[in-house]
Amino acid sequence: MNAETQNSARDHTNNPAPDHTNDPAHDPGYNFAYLDEQTKRMIRRGLLKALAIPGYQVPFGSREMPLPYGWGTGGIQVTASVIGADDTLKVIDQGADDTTNAVSIRKFFRRVTGVKTTEKTAEATVIQTRHRIPEAPLREGQILVYQVPIPEPLRWLERRESESRKMHAYAEYGAMHVQLYESIARFGRITTTYDYPVKVADRYLMSPSPTPKFDNPKMHMNPAIQLFGAGREKRLYAVPPYTRVESLAFEDHPFEVQEWDDACALCGDDKSFLDEVVVDDAGTRMFMCSDSDHCRDRRAAGHRGGAEGAAAEALAAMTGGTDDGSNKDRAEDWAKDREAAQ
Amino acid sequence: MTPLLSVDAVTFRYGKTLACDRIGFDLHPGEVLGIVGESGSGKTTLLNCLAGRLQPDSGTIRYTRANGEAVDIYRLGEAERRFLARTEWGFVHQTPRDGLRMGVTAGGNVGEPLMAVGNRHYENIRHEAASWLTKVEIDADRIDDRPTTFSGGMQQRLQIARNLVTGPRLVFMDEPTGGLDVSVQARLLDLVRGLVRDLNLSAILVTHDLAVARLLADRLMVMRRGRVVEHGLTDQVLDDPHDAYTQLLVSSVLQT
Repeated sequence: MNAETQNSARDHTNNPAPDHTNDPAHDPGYNFAYLDEQTKRMIRRGLLKALAIPGYQVPFGSREMPLPYGWGTGGIQVTASVIGADDTLKVIDQGADDTTNAVSIRKFFRRVTGVKTTEKTAEATVIQTRHRIPEAPLREGQILVYQVPIPEPLRWLERRESESRKMHAYAEYGAMHVQLYESIARFGRITTTYDYPVKVADRYLMSPSPTPKFDNPKMHMNPAIQLFGAGREKRLYAVPPYTRVESLAFEDHPFEVQEWDDACALCGDDKSFLDEVVVDDAGTRMFMCSDSDHCRDRRAAGHRGGAEGAAAEALAAMTGGTDDGSNKDRAEDWAKDREAAQ
Repeated sequence: MTPLLSVDAVTFRYGKTLACDRIGFDLHPGEVLGIVGESGSGKTTLLNCLAGRLQPDSGTIRYTRANGEAVDIYRLGEAERRFLARTEWGFVHQTPRDGLRMGVTAGGNVGEPLMAVGNRHYENIRHEAASWLTKVEIDADRIDDRPTTFSGGMQQRLQIARNLVTGPRLVFMDEPTGGLDVSVQARLLDLVRGLVRDLNLSAILVTHDLAVARLLADRLMVMRRGRVVEHGLTDQVLDDPHDAYTQLLVSSVLQT
């Protein structure tokens, strides 16, 4: 699309896209937030529909992104469409801010938007997540963006898209309990621990993406906006603030979340979602919070867990936060990158 | 007595081929109607039209619901029609693979229709599934096995259990004994006959096997090239066929 038609398209809106071309905060080689304005608008339209019909999967024209499918292409497109220059972005992967995926996506958005980034849940306005919902309660005005690999909760049961869409349209969800039945019949209890199906606003069956079922109760009546993007499957869906989200269950086998016998070795929390970590060559194991920001906050407030000496240092190093979120001195690097690419 | 199903001038075409030509009949509660005819005579197409799976080009199919209300099934919305099929009807496919979930245990297969109509109590569902397995002569111990580990005859019996567990009023059967060996066929027929009588089911049975029709059906409809060529009580049609084609059909069965 040439610049002229793009401008004329912008004239239709009351809020023309801000001109970021000369904004030193982000790499001028890219449009703000990487995607072009028309694409972002298309995705926002999809998101509005998704918010209007909670839990309904809205098809959208997913774009090729500069990372492979399965690494968060859907979430990135959603984030790119809703993020503004004054937003503060937090990216988590398995609860942690310092894992490869989270670091890369955060770096990507700093480069293409120049927005402030943070590791603190409370400071963020947009949080892109894979596999976890932060332990700290979210508030109104925050947006939680989920990366979704398989958006269709009925897929394992019904392979035909034409049929699964009808099942959604007519709310024929009885068969979904077969999955739970099978699990109880085989193991004596419901063994689904992540991607645990939920019913949204008493209507649509929804896959909460591969978050542990531990986080399902947090989706219920959450004050934040929850947006879901599946890049490969080209679907968007959403849970608006203060919406009922109910996990499926049987009357005699109610929904339960995971529990641990241990507490976090660093901060001593026995209520948060714990990861089991091997800390030395002898196979010593310890549990620690999966939410690194939550754990750091608790340690700063003086809470301590059972870990001592070298083990504690090793663990603390794993959850270190060294990112100051600034873009200074990066413009030269971007210029070099572009030269190398040409 | 109000007919359970009242069919009037149902016509269905595949392009220029006339598969069902102005077919009409009434089915009364507790009655089993057999539809026989050679391969390609339109039996299965007619069954699919009747069961709400294939909209006829013209004609009406009226069904009297459990609450006494008579509905034209193709005037209902698709959602309502599917609800009706789920709650008041059953459909037994010729091949059990079409009617079962092969990756789900026997108990899950029988329990699914119960869950589909809102049953949410695991123990009740399981108990009901086990009792239905026994009714169709499958060992209750096999409840946690997948149908892939079952023989053809067992799979077919499992499919029947899955269809009858919600207590339907009308069951459609498409060659339920096709592909089974003779001794298994005989046992299955015996079972189906017993269940139909015990539960006071109405059924429409499509078959090319006259022996099956004689054993199960109260009335018989003979089809050829999309037309009903003869229609009457089973014994009457088979012992004293009037139409030339029916005579050929009856005489072509090996006599013992």
